[in-house]
Amino acid sequence: MATVELINVSKSFGSVEVLRDINLSLEKGKFVVFVGPSGCGKSTLLRMIAGLEDITSGELRIDGQPMNEVLPAKRGIAMVFQSYALYPHMTVFENMSFGLEQAKLSKPEIEARVQDAAKMLQIEGLLDRKPKQLSGGQRQRVAIGRAITRDPRVFLFDEPLSNLDAALRVDTRLEIAALSERLPDTTMIYVTHDQVEAMTLADRIVVLNGGIVEQVGSPMDLYESPASEFVAGFIGSPRMNFLKGGVAEAHGAATYGIRPEHIALSDERGDWSGRVVLTERLGSDTFVHVEVKGVGPVNVRVEGRADFASGETVYLSPDPASVHLFDPQGRPVVRSVTP
Amino acid sequence: MKPGIWQRIGFYAIVIVIVTQAVFPFYYAILTSLEDGQALFEVNYLPKALNLTNYRAMLAEGVFGKQMLNSVFVASVVVVVSLFLAVTAAFALSRIRFRGRGLLLLTVLSVSMFPQIAVLSGLFEVIRFFGLFNSLWSLVFSYMIFTLPFTVWVLTTFMRNLPVEIEEAAIMDGASSLTIIRRVFLPLMWPAMVTTGLLAFIHAWNEFLFALTFTSTDSQRTVPVAIALVSGRSEFEIPWGNIMAASVIVTLPLVALVLIFQRRIVSGLTAGAVKG
Repeated sequence: MATVELINVSKSFGSVEVLRDINLSLEKGKFVVFVGPSGCGKSTLLRMIAGLEDITSGELRIDGQPMNEVLPAKRGIAMVFQSYALYPHMTVFENMSFGLEQAKLSKPEIEARVQDAAKMLQIEGLLDRKPKQLSGGQRQRVAIGRAITRDPRVFLFDEPLSNLDAALRVDTRLEIAALSERLPDTTMIYVTHDQVEAMTLADRIVVLNGGIVEQVGSPMDLYESPASEFVAGFIGSPRMNFLKGGVAEAHGAATYGIRPEHIALSDERGDWSGRVVLTERLGSDTFVHVEVKGVGPVNVRVEGRADFASGETVYLSPDPASVHLFDPQGRPVVRSVTP
Repeated sequence: MKPGIWQRIGFYAIVIVIVTQAVFPFYYAILTSLEDGQALFEVNYLPKALNLTNYRAMLAEGVFGKQMLNSVFVASVVVVVSLFLAVTAAFALSRIRFRGRGLLLLTVLSVSMFPQIAVLSGLFEVIRFFGLFNSLWSLVFSYMIFTLPFTVWVLTTFMRNLPVEIEEAAIMDGASSLTIIRRVFLPLMWPAMVTTGLLAFIHAWNEFLFALTFTSTDSQRTVPVAIALVSGRSEFEIPWGNIMAASVIVTLPLVALVLIFQRRIVSGLTAGAVKG
């Protein structure tokens, strides 16, 4: 059953249309990630579900009920903001209980809910502190805790990891994944521009670009069969190689796409020959940038260590089963046979 | 690099000039207020005797106490009313999008542009029309002309710098606009409010021209006017001792307020950075 449904939803700011005819149906208890480059409308879409932005046209339903005109606090949702947005003058306890107080819950009920949430997030010891006495990671937990106490049907996250440093980001990502396991009935909607967060967290990914939905699917669906050149380039790291010209035309397409991990590299023979321009060593992997004659620059992933000098000649063989072909509009072309 | 001897001497010389320029007039007022009779007219820079006759004379005179109360009343009401109006206006001007918002802000600012003397006669008519002449409310009313533009602007700027997400979090928590102002904004705005409130208080406390024009009897006057109009036993005698005693007395409340709130003022003046 769907909890959150968007039916022909559009949004304009003045004469600028930022979202156009969005149709989505998000299943209960799933972890959904909205991903896209900045300015694609993903945050606006989230804020419309939250009720912080008006819906210009179309309908939003939660559990079957129309929500367009319902106040944010009455929608059964909770939101974690990018900057945490804790109330700086209140203690952690007051931060977490403010919403419950507004909802006119009884004192013991508030106390119990805050304690439960604090226990779940291991911040029981911090309840008397002010936000400025907390580290970034702790503030993030308090922000999540504040959302949990409201016992929402839908949990909204607006780029919650972008203010954390790299190490903490990975830890917090794992915690958010664990949190969604613990709240199996709560639908999570998570906005990010980071495709790694999208791939690792999501049950379903919604890729947005220029105000429209490019593709909806599971992470591996998007990786294996992207519905457009944009999705192919956006999902997967490092980026897919896009080759134009002769190679593409030989397959009756405008663009020939192959991921760096789907190319075999050899120093003796292969389909393409080229010169090494640069190698990036990450330890576990090495990325070799090769200038292929008559084809263009190609990035190849080699597992483990690979030592090539710049200017050295190497041979590349793309895996024919993993080639993606696109027409001039960026739509996939039905795959033809062998390269 | 360590400053050389001459640089240090120069630095302290400048400090002394500035401090003297700021403090000496008040110091001399205190000195004069403690002297009596002929001693007043001898030039001296150190106190010779502690003579409180002038203070006793001023305070014993029935009307001065009443005039102090007038000043306190006018300045306090001005501060309370202008802060209330300014906070609510600042919320609207900084957080609610509406047509003509920028124009309205500029209009508010331009009101403070007119010299007091330019609006005096027109304002006099308005005050007579409302029947406020020779009433303290005429002063409360007219002082808003200069306190409101200032408080509205400062608080609007301050509120604009408060993160929008905090307000949105409160909306998600189900708080109404008034609850957001009272429970979320006010506690964050204390430093700015103390600063602007204090400046408004000082301004209202010191104001002379309106107070002189809109009141006509001794019992309705505020202290600055009262001091200017203190008269001696004959029209040829100016009672400097009493005037200086009164001047010192009116200054003390301001000094006390500034001392009490000085830490708040500093944090208010440098405010804007409310990082969560």
